[in-house]
Amino acid sequence: MRDSGLIEIDHFGLDYASDGAPIAAVADVSITVRPGEFVSIVGPSGCGKSSLLNAVAGFVPATRGRVAVDGVAITRPGADRGMVFQQYSLFPWKTVRQNVEFGLKMKGVGAGTRERMARTLLSLAGLIGFEDQYPDRLSGGMKQRVGIVRALATGPKVLLLDEPFGALDAQTRQIMQQILTNIWQRLGISVLFVTHDIDEAIFLSDRVYVMTARPGRIKAEVPITLPRPREVDGMMTADFLALRAELAGLIREESLRAMGGELAGGLAGLDVMLRDGELADLL
Amino acid sequence: MDMPMPTEPAVLAATTPSPEAAARRRMRLAKLRPLALATLAIAAFLAAWQAASATHLDFFLRFDNIPAPSIVFARAVAVVPSADFLNDVIVSCERVFLGFVLAALAAVPTGLVIGRYPIAHELVFPLCEILRPVPAIAWVPISIMLWPTDFQSIVFITFLGAFFPILLNTLLGMRRVDPVLVLAARSLGAGEGAIFREVYLPGAMPAIFTGLAVGMGVGWVSVIAAEMISGQSGIGYFTWAAYSLIQYPDIVLGMVAIGLLGLVSSAAIRGLGRLAMPWLATQ
Repeated sequence: MRDSGLIEIDHFGLDYASDGAPIAAVADVSITVRPGEFVSIVGPSGCGKSSLLNAVAGFVPATRGRVAVDGVAITRPGADRGMVFQQYSLFPWKTVRQNVEFGLKMKGVGAGTRERMARTLLSLAGLIGFEDQYPDRLSGGMKQRVGIVRALATGPKVLLLDEPFGALDAQTRQIMQQILTNIWQRLGISVLFVTHDIDEAIFLSDRVYVMTARPGRIKAEVPITLPRPREVDGMMTADFLALRAELAGLIREESLRAMGGELAGGLAGLDVMLRDGELADLL
Repeated sequence: MDMPMPTEPAVLAATTPSPEAAARRRMRLAKLRPLALATLAIAAFLAAWQAASATHLDFFLRFDNIPAPSIVFARAVAVVPSADFLNDVIVSCERVFLGFVLAALAAVPTGLVIGRYPIAHELVFPLCEILRPVPAIAWVPISIMLWPTDFQSIVFITFLGAFFPILLNTLLGMRRVDPVLVLAARSLGAGEGAIFREVYLPGAMPAIFTGLAVGMGVGWVSVIAAEMISGQSGIGYFTWAAYSLIQYPDIVLGMVAIGLLGLVSSAAIRGLGRLAMPWLATQ
């Protein structure tokens, strides 16, 4: 497909500072995204999947291991990696078009070229007619589409998305997933996508990595061989449901492990209360 | 005056308008209400004052030396067009404008820099915190000694009055800039200068304009007080001199002029704010 856009995460580890010894957020993760591939990372909350993405974006340095795109180690943020955030991150003081042109402006691209490139991308995301609106006037789905288009405008080698559709309703989510698939297929760009939504990961991806509870490790790597183009109806097929059950089982184990301590403690307390009749008195 | 309209039902019956027309009429009346109520309150205030002055009311409060509104108005007709009065107004405006503009030029960049860099904050902010509680008026004696001319010392006092509200609000605005917007800008290739220009400045701008409005208000307070104490000219001097020269109507005239100048200044700041922040107009 393409000869650039290879993401290599090699024995990556990330600690964060605390009062005592540093706490490991990510233990030892190795992930590869091949050029043009769509790869998702799923896992229980707090497993460090967003930290992983932030390391590829260059926002946080690796404590251990190495992150590289096309063989070049990541040391800082840059326009060669497009980033789409979970929360809306459009500049409120810029119109849709100015938001999309921002990266090009930073590169020193002339106004005429910027406008032409912005128009092309906006049409790809179905946003023609909204160029001169301020983000305030857009729906959540439109804001995230502009966010995706903005990240793509500089022609990055890879696109990184951190639960971009988390705040959207189910219907809008599905439409956004199809728009993203469409854009990805046309541009042939490598995508690393973080989500906690299993259906979303299966629907979009070529491969899905499942992470363990903190400190995050790779628990499993699941290839998604469902044929493309994938339709929303395809989410009811036996193959899809089997993948779904497999991934859900893997994540469930980790979620339980993540809150295992509290849960066990709480249940033990409940037993004591029942034996002593306290709860019965209350009822 | 405030009678319920007895003719209304008769008119309605005579023309038998549609319900829509009646609704429109109600809307028109509802729009007029704030204006009518405001006029009513102002008229009542002036009437009470006129009555108190005309009857030389002396009941704890002493109105025997307070000029009635009618006398102030008659005096205004004679004084306002005079070259001396106009000169006083212009001199005060010059002092406020100069002090305010210098304060804005100093406080906004300072606020942006110390809001961004902790090291600058640590260096500059404690000094500001020591100087800030001293009211600008308290600087009058020092200022007279410090500056060669009256004009300069009064501009300096206005500067001090306007500086701190602008600085503090700029800092507040910096703190309100969403960190994800800075990350987004960096990942789109923005350098440090571009982040100031494109993210921090517009992000802090609503708070900066709040600071400018407050600073303008404090600037007027400072200039009037400074002129009353040390001036040989200006509308503050005019008002105080009127008291010394037993020209009591001129006191009120000076007060009204000061109020109007303050009103026009803050309206100008609001207008500038709307021009500078078109994205807020859509809300």
